[in-house]
Amino acid sequence: MDVAVFTVCAVMVLSGAFGVLLARNPVHAALFLVQSVFGVAVLFLLLEATFLAAVQVIVYAGAIVILFLFVIMLLGVDRVDDLDVEPIAGQRPLAIVIGAGILGTTLTALLVAVGGPTGAPTANAPLGDAGDNAKRLGEVLFTDYVFAVELTALLLTVAVVGAVVLVRRLRGPLQPLPVEAMASEPESPESTGPDGEDGETGPGGDA
Amino acid sequence: MVIAADPLLLGPIGLEIVLIVLLKVVVSFALLMVSVMLMVWFERKLLGDMQNRIGPDVAGPWGILQTLADGIKLFFKEDLIPENADRPIFKLAPYLSLVPAFLVFAIVPVGGDFRTGDGTVGWFGNRTFLQVADPPMGILLFLALSSVAVYGVMLAGWSSGSKYPLLGSVRASAQMISYEAALGLAIATVFLTGGSLSTHEIVSSQSGWNWNVVTTGVVPFLIFLVAGTAELNRPPFDLVEAEQELVGGFHTEYSSIRFALYFLAEFMNVITMSAIAVTLFLGGPDGPILVEQVAWVWPTLWFSLKVLAFLFTFVWLRATLPRIRYDQLMDLGWKVLIPLALGWFLLIAALNVGRDRGWSPLVVVFASVAVLWAGAAMLRGAVRKARAERLALEFESDEVLDAGDGA
Repeated sequence: MDVAVFTVCAVMVLSGAFGVLLARNPVHAALFLVQSVFGVAVLFLLLEATFLAAVQVIVYAGAIVILFLFVIMLLGVDRVDDLDVEPIAGQRPLAIVIGAGILGTTLTALLVAVGGPTGAPTANAPLGDAGDNAKRLGEVLFTDYVFAVELTALLLTVAVVGAVVLVRRLRGPLQPLPVEAMASEPESPESTGPDGEDGETGPGGDA
Repeated sequence: MVIAADPLLLGPIGLEIVLIVLLKVVVSFALLMVSVMLMVWFERKLLGDMQNRIGPDVAGPWGILQTLADGIKLFFKEDLIPENADRPIFKLAPYLSLVPAFLVFAIVPVGGDFRTGDGTVGWFGNRTFLQVADPPMGILLFLALSSVAVYGVMLAGWSSGSKYPLLGSVRASAQMISYEAALGLAIATVFLTGGSLSTHEIVSSQSGWNWNVVTTGVVPFLIFLVAGTAELNRPPFDLVEAEQELVGGFHTEYSSIRFALYFLAEFMNVITMSAIAVTLFLGGPDGPILVEQVAWVWPTLWFSLKVLAFLFTFVWLRATLPRIRYDQLMDLGWKVLIPLALGWFLLIAALNVGRDRGWSPLVVVFASVAVLWAGAAMLRGAVRKARAERLALEFESDEVLDAGDGA
């Protein structure tokens, strides 16, 4: 039973991963990523990590890939890209080197490791009832690793603030604030006449 | 594999148990389909009443078979796929909406006596829960599946290869993602009081009038209702299919049976969302057993009545409230519901810690409210400062522009 589930999931994860690489359409690639994520979630279930399985779907499928799709749809890049243009010089040879390196490391770990790639069987046995997942994870996160958790939270907040600061850079004449825009609607057509087109690319235009 | 708490699955699993599980699946599937059929009729009839019309009254007694007639009609319509559509995804998308809607119902306990018993019922000599599955991750499955449902909407709009569906689907997915956060935070308060993720445990912790709607304070329940309505894209949050602006929203290009699948998913989501709300906040099948001879009937009856009350509320909202504007929708989600849900979550957490440590609840509430108020005041101050600076800048640039025009 376990082997059968594992095989199906492995095929699902790997075909999804290849799909991401080979799909010519970015939206299709994102969907293959979702397929891969689902396979991993079922693998977590197989390991009785129910909480991680749920979080895998909620976070990766529910938030991250959705945001990918958002960007793809809003920026209108959902067409087949011209592969002859290399956006960053030297990116491809570097990618090949790093990819080969990662593959080599993984293969070495798989082939050389003592007692199987994930360590001794006692180390990957379930710690307790599957229902306790969330509890155990919470206890560990907020006792032993509390500083790491807090720092990560801070890092994410900084990232959000940074993103807003970068995106809200003012260019061109300012657009009126939403509330003021409503209040001053009747008299505004005159004043925005000549520079109207310029005003379109104002704050938030490239958000 | 996953350890199931259901007594049915604890022992050796024989043919009989497999059959019982199959029966549960089939019954819940059929139940859901029939209730969708009745829900569509109920909504149309009730809307008719509220708008001084008659509503459907031709097919069957009181028009009760109208949905069936509509379904058969849709089934035999021509199935169109637009030329610009991305065909495989166009075909896939309706199922991504429908399947999560079905699966969520699997974790809802629809009956079982939680007051005197442990919520199990006897079926053919076996004790079992009256729910298809009770996974340890419980209600997280609901959150996971509702985030999968976003794909159905999003891909439908994109794969149609047409403007209005794309706009509708971008609106819809932005709305669903935004409100999922508030929804999750409201559910998190239930975890704190119930102490478990499993729906069975959540329901049994509420038995005997100990309903979460009271024990979490009414606020998370209200947040859940508002966020749930938005998550369902029901009025007054139905900007997704604002007819005046978007033709029909994300499913404009869908016809025939594929459209019927979206229709089905939408109404099924209304029912499952009501069932989840009842499970989380209103004690699920909890209620008094009035006649001992048919004791097994009462929990299911109470559950159905509670769900019906929610369904009525959804129709009532649709008949009463005008659609809100998109910026109001986003303001409500991000600036009101999420901070409120988060603050309330922290308050409940502080009260729980205080109870463990033996602190006075009054002091805890006072201190928490003070801290939250200070945080909110800082945020408000920052927003006001930013706004003032922005206005000053705007004033300045206006002057520069005026000078430029004059010169």
